[in-house]
Amino acid sequence: MKLTLKVWRQKNAQTKGRLETYVLDSVSKDSSFLEMLDILNEQLIADGEVPIAFDHDCREGICGACSLTINGIPHGPDRATTACQLHMRRFKDGETITIEPWRAKPFPVIKDLVTDRSAFDDIMQAGGFITARTGSAIDANEIAIPKDDSDYAMDAAACIGCGACVAACKNASAMLFTSAKVAHLNSLPQGKPEKDRRVLAMVGAMDEAGFGSCTNYGECSAVCPKEISLDMIAQMNRDYLTAKVKTFFSQKSA
Amino acid sequence: MKLDAKIPEGPLSEKWANHKFKIKLVNPSNRRKYKVIVVGSGLAGGAAAASLAEMGYNVSCFCYQDSPRRAHSIAAQGGINAAKNYQNDGDSVHRLFYDTVKGGDYRAREANVYRLAEVSTSIIDQCVAQGVPFAREYGGLLANRSFGGAQVSRTFYARGQTGQQLLLGAYSALSRQIGLGQVKMYNRHEMLDVVKVDGHAKGIIVRNLMTGTIERHAADCVILATGGYGNVFFLSTNAQGCNVTAAQRAYKRGALFANPCFTQIHPTCIPVHGDQQSKLTLMSESLRNDGRIWVPKDAETAKKIREGNLEPNSVPEEGRDYFLERKYPSFGNLAPRDISSRAAKEACDAGLGVAKTGLGVFLDFRDSIIREGKQTIKERYGNLFDMYQCISGDNPYETPMMIFPAVHYTMGGLWVDYNLETTVPGLFAAGEANFSDHGANRLGASALMQGLADGYFVLPYTVGNYLGEQGIAAAGKVTTDAPEFEAVEKDVRGRIDRLLSIKGTESPRSFHKRLGQIIWDECGMARSKEGLEKAIEQVKALREEFWQNVRVPGEADELNPELERAGRVADFMEFGELMCRDALMRDESCGGHFRVEHQTDEGEAVRDDENFAFVGAWQYVGESEAPTLHKEPLIFEAAKPSVRSYK
Ligand SMILES: Cc1cc2nc3c(=O)[nH]c(=O)nc-3n(C[C@H](O)[C@H](O)[C@H](O)COP(=O)(O)OP(=O)(O)OC[C@H]3O[C@@H](n4cnc5c(N)ncnc54)[C@H](O)[C@@H]3O)c2cc1C
Ligand code: FES
Repeated sequence: MKLTLKVWRQKNAQTKGRLETYVLDSVSKDSSFLEMLDILNEQLIADGEVPIAFDHDCREGICGACSLTINGIPHGPDRATTACQLHMRRFKDGETITIEPWRAKPFPVIKDLVTDRSAFDDIMQAGGFITARTGSAIDANEIAIPKDDSDYAMDAAACIGCGACVAACKNASAMLFTSAKVAHLNSLPQGKPEKDRRVLAMVGAMDEAGFGSCTNYGECSAVCPKEISLDMIAQMNRDYLTAKVKTFFSQKSA
Repeated sequence: MKLDAKIPEGPLSEKWANHKFKIKLVNPSNRRKYKVIVVGSGLAGGAAAASLAEMGYNVSCFCYQDSPRRAHSIAAQGGINAAKNYQNDGDSVHRLFYDTVKGGDYRAREANVYRLAEVSTSIIDQCVAQGVPFAREYGGLLANRSFGGAQVSRTFYARGQTGQQLLLGAYSALSRQIGLGQVKMYNRHEMLDVVKVDGHAKGIIVRNLMTGTIERHAADCVILATGGYGNVFFLSTNAQGCNVTAAQRAYKRGALFANPCFTQIHPTCIPVHGDQQSKLTLMSESLRNDGRIWVPKDAETAKKIREGNLEPNSVPEEGRDYFLERKYPSFGNLAPRDISSRAAKEACDAGLGVAKTGLGVFLDFRDSIIREGKQTIKERYGNLFDMYQCISGDNPYETPMMIFPAVHYTMGGLWVDYNLETTVPGLFAAGEANFSDHGANRLGASALMQGLADGYFVLPYTVGNYLGEQGIAAAGKVTTDAPEFEAVEKDVRGRIDRLLSIKGTESPRSFHKRLGQIIWDECGMARSKEGLEKAIEQVKALREEFWQNVRVPGEADELNPELERAGRVADFMEFGELMCRDALMRDESCGGHFRVEHQTDEGEAVRDDENFAFVGAWQYVGESEAPTLHKEPLIFEAAKPSVRSYK
């Protein structure tokens, strides 16, 4: 295949970026999108230019490192597919493809297509866990968990933390990411004791990191490579309200 | 140097308990005076960092990715073993121990394996407590599946994303400690060397990958949990960044490297599509529970399929060779990995391979879909089927999958004693980075178990023991002003400058590819004296060429992925030679190490217990000298070596 690529180049966080145009011939349709970028980078090195920096690692859709906006859509045109799992057979010979980084204020560009997503880690550190000191656990089969509940928790836990949801949202909201973790942990019996603290802390950290609010566009779920459902957001809102009300009353009575 | 594995006294089943009782403890209020460096945030590193921090130690944790959650443990699909015997099918600690030693073809240390089996049950408890959503039955209790090399159902799983869920569990515990300030996390930092002071590991030199700054970090001890070195083959199921750098640099600072030639080729991966390929994708072994592996019986049919002139589904039953079921009737499609991979290679060598390249065999779900229904199969493997379709473009519900073996796991690693301490005092190695538990072949679902066992349940004791032995007066004594830091930092800088100054004509990736081809051809699924001798010379020559002609674009003081790659490839070049040397030294076949000179008439591996029942541990003695081999004899008391038969 022959392709024209318009790629975002930006030397570092301080400089301004721009789209550069490159032409590539002989890309195999069986190659993955990132393999196509490898070929381009090899060509750039051969030409004495600086190759394009982009985040990637597992290349099998699970680590959440890859983070490309392809033709305006985070992770590109295929439903439920990360950029690394996207294959060139999806594109037409001679096509022009635009490749940009995540576009969201809380994810500043570090270089070219690489952004800083550490704000997600901050949210997790605020409350995305169940306190379970190593070695203190009871037997795993002591608590039976209905299969449906466990399946629901797994649906939520499938999030790979890539940040496409934020990149797709006009408000750069992190509600889908945060709610997926809240839903995963709050729906399990092990997670109940910290349910209120968790949701309050995580939502607090999310706001502090500068993520916008949710106005129900639904773009987040549409681009999510793991198809995390908008129901998670509704669930988190309910948990949040309950927790707020509870703290309000406990403060009053105290 | 005499290798002392420090195996505790007493019967196997009491060793760990005795040891835990005897080892030194650090009193809780003293723990905060110690600092521990953990390199790696995968299952082993993440679990260790979180657990040590919970105990009160000050921990610094490093990873090269932008978040600890992206360590390659995330990609494990199939499951994790534990001797829970929830299925009432006769499992026990002893059986898991026995299966692991046998599966490893009697090249692992019994005491370590026994401990692994012993703590396996606590791992599942711990993970469930963290909220890991393992698969459950309708009654609400945990479900299990079977994995290769076992006749009991002891594998716990979370859909096809077990590694992801276990890692997120460890990551959540780690995140909690980061939030509490007990762990200082360094993302996008690559460790480039170990610093020894008075012979003990007291720190590391790292490069901040965002800015290129070289940093010194001092501590009271250092844990390496940096994963496996499968990328020495260029193509593997590892992530792009997986490397041997941390282990190789530790080796050059005096840590012995054990059994580097023991690598695992996994039988069920998606075949190579062409020369633009950058990685291989695993299809979980769990698929072999329901999929049947076959090739056409005659080469003519295979050729027609390769050329697209015949539908696989239209090959009649009598025209198919279900070769694993035929050769190994009692284990069938669940024969261990080394054996299954070799059988697939033999079929393809005989011209019976499918896929365009001729390097593929079928994994067929037709019968199980008829038996169990499409819905059930979808529930079990839905995401794997989707992934296959996404990569290959074929629908596996309708046409059989095609698979071929690929490099997947490395059993070799830094030599460690029972405490997981290397030959450098104060330097520990955990997870895939050490050699300890899998011998010459790892059974499926045992790496996750080992990583978490090391991190949650072994290191918290043995690291404490080391620190306790050093005494509280030693805590925090070494700082980064020590001249040893200066010297090692200089080496690190020198190497980076040298890489950037060559300005040759060939890219790091291109060198990596060429190295991988040599290693795959001569140190892959079949190895010979002749081939290995040739490979050693080829790798040496390639390394020289690399240092003369590599082109590394960009600068040292910026985010520079090509510089990172070049450094890793340079280490693989050194390491590749060591691997071939080890394979040449080991003049027997065992597990994943198949020397063509040692096989039965039927092509089964022939072990030589008389001469090779030892761990081969290599000591670095200088740039231009051959490394020295040390042997740790393996003594089998409970699992007596026998011919490993899965027939
Ligand atoms: C595709 C795939 C599927 C698998 N499926 C299974 C399975 O179903 N069951 C099973 O038991 N096993 C499975 N395995 C094996 C298992 O996943 C691994 O062996 C295990 O997860 C390794 O864990 P680890 O903690 O040792 O290393 P990793 O998870 O690889 O972590 C290594 C860490 O070290 C860091 N690091 C590495 N080098 C440096 C450096 N120089 N400087 C700083 N940081 C560094 C990385 O950033 C990372 O945080 C699978 C493996 C693969 C590849
Ligand atoms: S590179 Fe890991 S999800 Fe894309």
